[in-house]
Amino acid sequence: MSHAHAEGNTIDHLERATLEGKNKILGFWIFLGAEMVIFGTLFAAHIGLRSELNGGVSGAEIFSLPIVAIMTALLLTSSMTSVLAIQAMHRHELKGVALWLGITVLLALGFLGLEIYEFVHYVHEYHFNIQQSPFSTTFYVLVGCHGTHVAIGIVWISLLIGQLFKKGLTVVTAPKVYVASLYWHFIDVVWVFIFTVVYLMGKVG
Amino acid sequence: MAHAHAHGHKKRYTGIMDWITTVDHKKIGILYLFAGLFFFAIAGLEALFIRLQLAFPMNEVVSAQRFNELITMHGTTMLFLAALPILYGFFNYIIPLQIGARDVAFPFLNSLGFWTFFFGGILLNLGFLTGDGLPDSGWTAYAPLATEYSAGTGMDLYSIGLQLSGIGTLLGGLNFVVTIVNMRAPGMTLMRMPLFCWTAFITSILIVFAFSALAVGLLMISFDRLFGGNFFNSAAGGNEILWQHIFWIFGHPEVYILVLPAFGILSEVIPTFSRKRLFGYTSMVFATSIIGFLGFMVWAHHMFTVGMGAVANTMFAVATMLIAVPTGIKIFNWIFTMWKGQIRFTTANLFAIGFIPSFTMGGVTGVMLAMAASDYVFHDTYFVVAHFHYVIVGGTVHGIFAALFYWFPKMFGRTLNETLGKISFWLLVFGFNMTFFIQHWLGVIGMPRRVYTYLDGQPGWNEMNLVSTIGALLMGVAVILVVINIVITLLKPKNAPADPWEDGRTMEWAIPSPPPEYNFKQTPLVRGLDAWWVEKRAGNKEMTPAEPVGPIHMPNGSILPFIMSIGLFIAGIGFMYHTLWATVGGLGILVVCMILRSLIDDPGYHIEPEEIEGKGVKA
Amino acid sequence: MVKRWMKRLVPLMAMMVLFLTGCDFQLAGALAPKGPVAEKQLELILWSLIVMIVVLVVVFVLFFTAVFRFRRRRGQDHQIPEQIEGNHKLEATWTIIPIFLLFIMAVPTVALTFNLEEEAQAVEGQRVIKVVGKQFWWEFTYPEEGIVTAQEVYIPVGEKVVFELSSADVIHSFWIPQLGGKKDANPGSKTINYLYLQADEPGVYKGKCTELCGQSHALMDFKLIALEKDEYEAWVADMLETAEVTAETEVGAELFNQKCLTCHAIDPGMGSVGPNLNGFADRMYIGGFIDNNAENLAEWIKNPLDMKPGVTMPPFENDLTTDEIDEIVKYLQSLH
Repeated sequence: MSHAHAEGNTIDHLERATLEGKNKILGFWIFLGAEMVIFGTLFAAHIGLRSELNGGVSGAEIFSLPIVAIMTALLLTSSMTSVLAIQAMHRHELKGVALWLGITVLLALGFLGLEIYEFVHYVHEYHFNIQQSPFSTTFYVLVGCHGTHVAIGIVWISLLIGQLFKKGLTVVTAPKVYVASLYWHFIDVVWVFIFTVVYLMGKVG
Repeated sequence: MAHAHAHGHKKRYTGIMDWITTVDHKKIGILYLFAGLFFFAIAGLEALFIRLQLAFPMNEVVSAQRFNELITMHGTTMLFLAALPILYGFFNYIIPLQIGARDVAFPFLNSLGFWTFFFGGILLNLGFLTGDGLPDSGWTAYAPLATEYSAGTGMDLYSIGLQLSGIGTLLGGLNFVVTIVNMRAPGMTLMRMPLFCWTAFITSILIVFAFSALAVGLLMISFDRLFGGNFFNSAAGGNEILWQHIFWIFGHPEVYILVLPAFGILSEVIPTFSRKRLFGYTSMVFATSIIGFLGFMVWAHHMFTVGMGAVANTMFAVATMLIAVPTGIKIFNWIFTMWKGQIRFTTANLFAIGFIPSFTMGGVTGVMLAMAASDYVFHDTYFVVAHFHYVIVGGTVHGIFAALFYWFPKMFGRTLNETLGKISFWLLVFGFNMTFFIQHWLGVIGMPRRVYTYLDGQPGWNEMNLVSTIGALLMGVAVILVVINIVITLLKPKNAPADPWEDGRTMEWAIPSPPPEYNFKQTPLVRGLDAWWVEKRAGNKEMTPAEPVGPIHMPNGSILPFIMSIGLFIAGIGFMYHTLWATVGGLGILVVCMILRSLIDDPGYHIEPEEIEGKGVKA
Repeated sequence: MVKRWMKRLVPLMAMMVLFLTGCDFQLAGALAPKGPVAEKQLELILWSLIVMIVVLVVVFVLFFTAVFRFRRRRGQDHQIPEQIEGNHKLEATWTIIPIFLLFIMAVPTVALTFNLEEEAQAVEGQRVIKVVGKQFWWEFTYPEEGIVTAQEVYIPVGEKVVFELSSADVIHSFWIPQLGGKKDANPGSKTINYLYLQADEPGVYKGKCTELCGQSHALMDFKLIALEKDEYEAWVADMLETAEVTAETEVGAELFNQKCLTCHAIDPGMGSVGPNLNGFADRMYIGGFIDNNAENLAEWIKNPLDMKPGVTMPPFENDLTTDEIDEIVKYLQSLH
């Protein structure tokens, strides 16, 4: 039975070198399946209820597409940087992984900051809060759920960066990084749907 | 297979601490079993009060409000806190043994799943202690009754307690999927896997998708109740029917989640006690998969009277009726497993074969209910109550008791008393038929569901309800006898052999009763379906090993899952009572524990070959 | 030998006894249909029952045969029976036959489901009665005749009626077992339902709420009264007349106007928060299930919550004296 050596080039994909690693990756895909159902249900509720304004404002009135476009650019770029991090991991370059993950976190912070600003603006300008209408409730729960996922991802990846410096790139830390990047891609895909279904279709609708 | 370099030390816990920190699938299985049986007893008591109230017209055993709480708690507790956890107990204990693994894929998550389920169950039942109201809108919690017309914190206990407990269930489902996919012993292809594992696999996939939908629905109820949301508030433009869709997209797979494991249990017990292999294994696998798949396509047959229109109603009606086909295939396969076999009527087998007529009766009323235009008559009457109790008691409960008697010697090293077991069986069958058969009639002549009483003078109602109540009392006695059986058996010495039924076919019967910590000295080599039977027929006294004797890697226990669950419990209470410090504090505990778990590497420990009993077999 | 047979017969006999306990042969509710909708639905139910009984008989015969014939006998302990993997012919049979059986049940199901829906949606020129479910009573509005009433809905015999169902609060469900299946009464303007029913014989038909709606869900009974056409017209005319206030009922009427009118209209065409009480003296029940007499009525007004948990109507025992309540009762009993 061979043992993995972090510094050698004998193993390309550290994350799959152990049974624990393989389990974690498969388990995470299953978890993403559950998350797809969760977001799918929230999307269904939003699509079903978004035309009910209860006398309040509509998406067309309040959405600012320029800001949302910047947020999208930030998040999509952060997804790309997370790919670069995994590629660095496959070249066993610890510093590269840390660098690209760090940039991912910074871009995500930018996204989150803009989203918080957006929500605060809606509440102050239009009294657009959870209670206003079915549209507002489904908007905040769906987009807020996504934002919460982004926040959790930021904390998670930051902690991972710290761990990498402490423990290095091993068969234990590699699956964690891989799984975190899977998570990050998923969050990104969900955002693409939010951008299209909530903001674009909301603005036009 | 590479594994981590570091060698850790075993953390030694004893007594209660051992059970609180354990990550061993066998101990966690026992925890699930006993927690489930505990909640089963509570739900059973609730049922007895329901039937006592309904024994006579205009009875005053409980108030209308209390009755609505009882039916809500009975359904919710039985389905979420009793049936599924008991089944998880068997999944946890038996699956790794049947596939030749040393544990499940994620032992830590396994423990976390148990404790979140447990504390969720406590939260759900907290109303009994706080006096602030219990959930009262039915286990189906239809809006807007559950959201705007249910004052007090009762329905918050429901939405938050079930949310917490659901997280546990989801984690468990995820665990079993990965375990079954990745951790089968060498030689065990999917089509050589015991059918119990197959049904557990499909059930776990259903759980992952169905419970996620429920989680969102419960979140929506919480938002409407606690934060002024408008999901289901029709005055503001929301739609109460949305809740029904979301709930039943969970709710229909849920009933298959409950019954598929029973199908799996039957597929183990009947072949063992017929001395014959399962008839039609391949079609059993396909039938299970089709049932799982179709189970997601039929949810709106619970909503035929909502007003969705004839197109929707007929589509769902036909899809629902189709599920009868794979189910029927299974019934015939079990009968033909017994055919030309040598049947031995142990208690386990009595429950297993007793399933067949009872569940089939439930199944045929299910087909009748699927026919939309007839369902307009049946919906929300006692006919439906009769149907689902026939499939759940005649199905899942029979399966649970069969599993209990079958696997008790493996799990606890002693065999349950057969005489007491057989008395329990006949009492249960008699009592259950007495309770529920009559309810088909009651429903069709006009008795709706969820009624806390009924008027005097309606022809036949008084007598039929009384008979039903007496049957329920008999069922109660049967369950008490099973509990007594468990207690007196646990007081006996451990003397069960590895293969107490002598005709065991699957690998759990190849190792001692109960198994050692590490399950298998050496990972076994699987040479066919019914791997242990194959070895026995070849004259071997042990499984052929797939590896030499070597150090066995075991995970350490951890207190973190217990603490995380308490954190979530506190946060749940914080949400319910709008108490910020509890919410933040509880979530804070959770986050800290998660960070600790990630930062602190615990590589477990090794059991050295010298510690393993016996010398093992040369690979 | 005898012992063995006793062991088998006793449980079997016991089973039969308890099956027979179900046979209190009272044909009521959906089993005693009095209109075309209920009749067609019962036909479908009986058809499915026959097919399902055939299935049950087949399964039970096979099952009991297997269980009795293949018990382990003495001396078999060291013989292993043949391990049969499967049988494709058998498996095909019990796949194809059930599909066929489903087909012959599905076809009439689809037909009747569409038929009932078409009848319900075809409201042009039909008699439509608006039904609003409220916790815990039923309001009936006749748009053409201009009548609003509660708890008892009158229809002419032999004519199709379409009920327009909605709710003022939670989801209720409207069911008259002898006339046909139920449909839900939903809150919200987007989820209004239409239910087609017809009574072919005159009589008083029990109605029930069939969706858990709160504490008194069990007591949310109503009645449908089917009258011959001329009697129905007489009822309409009667309802459109308001009862005269006499010297006897003057005091009661005055008290009623002060204390009760805010919630209970007595104008035949007006809706109100509580049940419209025009014609109350002719109603069989108070609150849908309590015998309508002076004593019960006084108790009801004193504290309705004692008799029907969770109702919206508040108690008046602290607001009105016993004499005042008696006066109101007298007045109400004059509302013919």
